[in-house]
Amino acid sequence: MSEQLQSDFDKIMKNSKISEEEILVKKNFLNKFIKSGFPNRKQEDWKFLDISQIIKKNISDLSFFNDYSQPNIIDPFIFIDSLEHNKIIFINGRIEKFDFSYEDQNKIKIKDEIGKDISFNYENSLIDLNNAFAHKVFKISIKKDYSLKKPLIIYHSTNDKIKSTNINLRLDFELGENSCLRLIDFFNNSKAKNFINIFYNFNLNKGSILKNFKIDKFKSDNLKYSFNNIEQDISSISETFILSAGSNYFKNEINCNLNGEYSSAFINGVFSLKENQQHEIRTTINHLVENTKSYQLIKSVLGKNSKSAYQGRIFVDSKAQKTDGYQLSKAILLDETSEFNAKPELEIYADDVKCSHGSASGSLNEDSIFYLMSRGLNYQQSKELLINGFLLDVVEKITEAEIKKLIKNIIGLKE
Amino acid sequence: MDTREKDIEKLKDYKYGFTTDIENIRAPKGLNEDVIKFISNIKKEPKWMLDFRLKAYERLKLLKEPNWQKPKYPKIDYQDLYYYSAPKSMKDKPKSLDELDPKLLETYKKLGIPLQEQARLNGIAVDAVFDSVSVATTFKGELTKHGIIFCSMSEAIQKHPELVKKYLGTVIPVTDHFFATLNSAVFTDGSFVYIPEGVKCPMELSTYFRINASETGQFERTLIIADKGSYVSYLEGCTAPMRDENQLHAANVELIALDDAEIKYSTVQNWYPGDENGKGGIYNFVTKRGLCKGKNSKISWTQVETGSAITWKYPSCILKGDNSIGEFYSIAITNNHQKADTGTKMIHLGKNTKSKIISKGISAGFSDMTYRGLVDINSKAKNSSNYTQCDSLLMGNKCGAHTVPYIKNKNFDSNIAHEATTSKISEEQLHYCQQRGLNPEEAVGLIVNGFCKEVLQQLPMEFAVEAQKLVGISLEGSVG
Repeated sequence: MSEQLQSDFDKIMKNSKISEEEILVKKNFLNKFIKSGFPNRKQEDWKFLDISQIIKKNISDLSFFNDYSQPNIIDPFIFIDSLEHNKIIFINGRIEKFDFSYEDQNKIKIKDEIGKDISFNYENSLIDLNNAFAHKVFKISIKKDYSLKKPLIIYHSTNDKIKSTNINLRLDFELGENSCLRLIDFFNNSKAKNFINIFYNFNLNKGSILKNFKIDKFKSDNLKYSFNNIEQDISSISETFILSAGSNYFKNEINCNLNGEYSSAFINGVFSLKENQQHEIRTTINHLVENTKSYQLIKSVLGKNSKSAYQGRIFVDSKAQKTDGYQLSKAILLDETSEFNAKPELEIYADDVKCSHGSASGSLNEDSIFYLMSRGLNYQQSKELLINGFLLDVVEKITEAEIKKLIKNIIGLKE
Repeated sequence: MDTREKDIEKLKDYKYGFTTDIENIRAPKGLNEDVIKFISNIKKEPKWMLDFRLKAYERLKLLKEPNWQKPKYPKIDYQDLYYYSAPKSMKDKPKSLDELDPKLLETYKKLGIPLQEQARLNGIAVDAVFDSVSVATTFKGELTKHGIIFCSMSEAIQKHPELVKKYLGTVIPVTDHFFATLNSAVFTDGSFVYIPEGVKCPMELSTYFRINASETGQFERTLIIADKGSYVSYLEGCTAPMRDENQLHAANVELIALDDAEIKYSTVQNWYPGDENGKGGIYNFVTKRGLCKGKNSKISWTQVETGSAITWKYPSCILKGDNSIGEFYSIAITNNHQKADTGTKMIHLGKNTKSKIISKGISAGFSDMTYRGLVDINSKAKNSSNYTQCDSLLMGNKCGAHTVPYIKNKNFDSNIAHEATTSKISEEQLHYCQQRGLNPEEAVGLIVNGFCKEVLQQLPMEFAVEAQKLVGISLEGSVG
């Protein structure tokens, strides 16, 4: 594979107009990736779902070359029309359009910032891959005290024009003091088998609020990896909601550093998996200063041959007194072939803290089904009603009314 | 303070810190085939036993020492250890207690172990292991009446080879991980228990381990077999003298429960933890594994871990028989510079298997404590369930408490529930106790004992009292 990587990389560099210096930076990342390769189950973080095996099985050999010189045609059919929103359209590894028509243009700055600044210090070979191949790295800055009037939706899609089987996307967000961004990632269905590698880097300044919703609902044969790094300053809030249901493989990783006092992080996730799907959420919350808070709730409903994993880690530094950390994961296994794995981890070095976690997994409660059936529902209806209630619990945690409604519609949850 | 006073002062903290001057026979330093042959030879072992050891040694050469654990330690030079050390007078084993070296008896008296006849009142059968060899076993007659075999491992190899051959290495194979394989190659002695079909062992069986000689590793091997419908409760206690160097203790314990049998295994581990600056102490790297082989069998581990510089062990249950039950109750206390990485593994293979894990960790001073556990419900283990609760208590902000559970559920009929909390002793509780006249230290002791109660009540009476005291002593000086 390393020859393929090298030759595709050289081809891309030849076609691009970036400076020598930047090529050198990218080359470094490429070499780093070639050296370490795709992560495998020998690495603790990849213990449950081995991505190198999954790629081998689903795509066999990856290719990396794409021609970015021609724009792709935007198919308006993919847009969500029940909600007014700003758009970023990402097709075949190329960002086609930024549309912030609802906003004050002076308050939002988009910089196509590549070069040395892409460096990000984190031991993860997929990020090296991303840094080496991401077409352009954009930085979106929101000015102080500005709250976006409408949510921003990033449409992730591919069409049959795509040449490579690997797509990388990198976006950086800078949220100024007391600003607010609602960001929705929307993944479209696709028949093509690609490995999609997404990396977002968020910097939340004092008092800013980030709400990120990742919606992967439509059946697709893609394998996806998404990594969010969130740096939080004083009194900032981050809220992440993950709906993990459509792709063949999807791993969501969130690394959140609570660097400022009174900052808080919330992560809510839903796995709803069927036939042969394998999904994972891995979170790391680093409580680094006093008076910070984190809350995580992950629920899975697992059908035939599906597998989900949750690895959650709460780290509390010795300085981080008065930390409040909570983690809960629950799973319903619907079939004898479904599998749930969890590793909820606490690493605590401060004594005045309140940290707890819980994990439960099992089948649907027969008593509840009996109760519903004795009131006239059939077996299937009772089952659906119970699952509905089980998942609704997580969706109800969303603090944005209109987005909550949208997500409920997408999942098909009744109130 | 002159040195003598200092020594006395030191002894107060760890009252088992004395050494006994007894002449020792040692194997040459280092680990090689000759040393293994030496051990096997001195113990007059049959050829199959030597083959077992050599097979393990061959395997060991291919293995690497694991390093994924949380507490890191300086590299151990395995060639710089003595693998066999025995009191000289034991070369020809005494036939009765009267023939025992009086110095040895004195040692055990200091330890409070009832080897002597007057201890009959206590009604506990004891097997005492001093450095590498078992020195005495009490209450033999009483036990033989019931057909129970309780003797040292070396004796069992001589007298009951068919049992040893059949079961040794079936739960912890010679091809297991590094420390277990090391033990298989060089183990020196340990206890052997066989409870025949339908017998409920009338008394608690107990082993005391003591490391005396310096630069010695202790590698004992315990094998307990409970035949159909039998029951046994087994206690284990450990101490070591205070030395500045770190000593290695890598034991293997195998439990096998056949149909309807129950084994209860309790440990009070109080190896020398090192001084308050973290110098010296025992590395306690033990492999303990129980196999619920038969239907309706039950294995229950209870441990109170207060000693050792580093504790690194996971007493496990393999629930193979249908309807079998595995239990794990643990209190682990670390103070000063002690480190512990402990927990359990519950592997559900049979139908309707149940397991329960209650773990209480307390860390104080500069210590570091990790609970690491695995619950794995196999796809064939229909209708199984697990309940896990692990709570940690932190005293001071220089210590750490970590929880790393692995949960794998491959069966939709099965339920797993896991809970964990980490907190400190609340000011209100302390205030309440002090208001009623307890000093801060007593108050903490009381609260900690309450915190541990669920586990302490699982221990047999005699041990429970000792363990409760131990909990108090281990935390001395950590308040304020």
